Amino acid sequence: MIKRSQLTQTHTIAALVENKAGVLARVAGLFARRGFNIESLAVAPTDERFSRITIVVDAESAPLDQIKKQLDKLIDVVDITELSIEDSALREMVLVRLELDDEAKVADVEALVEGFSGSVIRVRGAHMMLSLSSRPDDLDRFLDKLQPYGITALQRTGAIAIPGI
Amino acid sequence: MQMDGGTALLKALEFEGVEVVFGYPGGAIMPVYDSMVGGAGPRHVLVRHEQGAGHMASGYAHATGKPGVVMVTSGPAATNIVTPLADAYLDSVPIVAITGQVPYGLIGTDAFQETDTTGITMSITKHNYLVSDPNDIPQVVHEAFHIATHGRPGPVLIDLPKNITDARNPQSAMTWADPIAVDLPGFKPVLDGKPEDITAAVELMLAAKRPVLYAGGGILKARGADELRALAEKLNIPVVTTLMARGAMPDSHELNLGMPGMHGNYTAVMAMQEADLLIAMGSRFDDRVTGRLDSFAPDAKVVHVDIDPAELGKIRTPDVAIRGDAKRVMGQMLEEIGGSAPADHQAWRSTLSGWQENYPLAYEDAEPGAKLKPQMVLERLHALSPEDTIVASGVGQHQMWASQYWKFEKPYTWLNSGGLGTMGYSIPAAIGAKAGMPDQTVWAVDGDGCFQMTCQELITAAVEGIPIKVALLNNTYLGMVRQWQEMFYDNRLSEVDLSGPVPDYIKMSEAMGCVAIRVEDPDEVDAAIERANGINDRPVVIEFLTEPGENVYPMVPGGKSNSDVVVPPFQQKETAK
Ligand SMILES: Cc1ncc(C[n+]2csc(CCOP(=O)(O)OP(=O)(O)O)c2C)c(N)n1
Repeated sequence: MIKRSQLTQTHTIAALVENKAGVLARVAGLFARRGFNIESLAVAPTDERFSRITIVVDAESAPLDQIKKQLDKLIDVVDITELSIEDSALREMVLVRLELDDEAKVADVEALVEGFSGSVIRVRGAHMMLSLSSRPDDLDRFLDKLQPYGITALQRTGAIAIPGI
Repeated sequence: MQMDGGTALLKALEFEGVEVVFGYPGGAIMPVYDSMVGGAGPRHVLVRHEQGAGHMASGYAHATGKPGVVMVTSGPAATNIVTPLADAYLDSVPIVAITGQVPYGLIGTDAFQETDTTGITMSITKHNYLVSDPNDIPQVVHEAFHIATHGRPGPVLIDLPKNITDARNPQSAMTWADPIAVDLPGFKPVLDGKPEDITAAVELMLAAKRPVLYAGGGILKARGADELRALAEKLNIPVVTTLMARGAMPDSHELNLGMPGMHGNYTAVMAMQEADLLIAMGSRFDDRVTGRLDSFAPDAKVVHVDIDPAELGKIRTPDVAIRGDAKRVMGQMLEEIGGSAPADHQAWRSTLSGWQENYPLAYEDAEPGAKLKPQMVLERLHALSPEDTIVASGVGQHQMWASQYWKFEKPYTWLNSGGLGTMGYSIPAAIGAKAGMPDQTVWAVDGDGCFQMTCQELITAAVEGIPIKVALLNNTYLGMVRQWQEMFYDNRLSEVDLSGPVPDYIKMSEAMGCVAIRVEDPDEVDAAIERANGINDRPVVIEFLTEPGENVYPMVPGGKSNSDVVVPPFQQKETAK
């Protein structure tokens, strides 16, 4: 399975942007045009005027300095910070659906989820829906462990992050 | 004050001091044109193709230093200005484009003449707007002009849905309020360099033994030609002026080595190659200047000054990077230098003058009875035209010869499409320049290929009373492509022959309201130019029949190191290379 969070080869950038029509298209378009590869991107408003975008970029595709400077040229981008995994608060969420080959394994999965401090959203016979919110590398391990149980669908949010204190 | 959005747009343009708009009407922008009836708003120049309007706005902006304005309708008109927007974006020219759009409620329905104009132009504008509320018009227009002209200049587009400009639509009702100071937390250009960086840069500049000031278009944008000259003289540093910076330093100045790059002169190319310090001032290490990057200026330390921080380190990692306005930073440098004297450049200067002596820009005179040499035509054109003549060039061989053989003494007398290389730029750009600077002579230097792309704007020039002059260097080929086919494709010529026999450029020009003169004989060149320079009531076209096989030299072949610069054949026997 592809690990989406090979954190050593990515950069995590937090951009504070003005909440204007098309701002996400501007950011995404810039990445496409300049050949910067986006690993994940998460965005939501923080208040009436601003939104915060967390972008995880492939470190191989371009020097971080260029990515930051080109982003900063967008008029609607107010501030850009590079976030270190160690210092910042960095979280990602995953939703998983499983179809177990044996209903008896539900208890095993429940124990596994508890070990990761995840939650079981619903169990219906051999079908389970789970969620986990944690560091992206935790999500990788979680999904690795779930793999043998038969994952039928999953959705990760991509990382969100804010600078450390 | 109550008014409709269309009237408000005209008022907003006047508020920004706009004197002339280059435009073309159509469905979605018709309400604005209706508001103009009776003479409201700035002067309007009706073009013959929207692309022309875009380049006119650019030419106007570069020649006058004021932002140019282009106004067109939605859909096909908006896409017709994509080329001039991309052109202005790459050459950092401040223009504001107003496009009509289908009514707001119809956006997204594939309505008649709907295109996603803001989407299409997002990557070729500095910023763009889609306005939904007519009350926003004064402030958006104000912001657009602010963004276009501050920091690194560039094009800004405003898309105006028809419902908010149409007086007959209640949705266009607005209350005029004068714009307030812009509040753009994400747009704060930095003008002054950091003192510690200035100190570090000056230290390198004083110590360098083989320095070169690599002057780019940013100096002209910053209006810093005086500072450039002062800095060069103070430190006794030779200057190369890129294609975008021609005129930033007088060509007659002994420190000016001229244009570097693919078709730069030998000394300018080699000076950069052998330098121990490059002071890149408002220049961006374009591939047409550096040639093969990994062998470019191998021994040079780099001081890089640019108002756009993204240029610093984009191509070449500088030893000292200074974010700031070229004029202000050069002022800071001059102050920092104070009375300090630079290192001795005697050896460097004699190397340079050795190269200048051995490899001057030169061409062989035409054989008797042969076609005109384009270089000779340009030399005569320069010699016989007023000193402050503005020259706008198309793209191709004639562009390189114009840059090489015109001797620029003043800033803002050279207009060309450097970054995008847009054929057809010259005639509309010249018209824009002449509209802004009516007292100066404006020559468009064009190729026969370029001429056929935008010559219809000569009708605009004739009808609107904007008497430009065109030197059409007719070599019957797409010359620059022919040259590459000759040199790099074993002379396998493919689709470059324009010998026609049509069009008849004389009849064509006359039909568009121009005086037209054909020159075949070298002895007629001066008289034709003098006659053209004497005509001021209508546009003039001189068709010069030039040598079809002439090539532009020197040349750094694409992908090759600058050290492999090829000088003209008649100079080659003397070179060791
Ligand atoms: C719009 C556009 N199309 C194609 C090109 C590629 N191109 C560059 S120079 C050139 C030939 C120009 O021919 P002409 O105007 O006759 O000038 P010359 O090179 O002969 O002086 C061409 C086709 C271009 N730069 N721009």
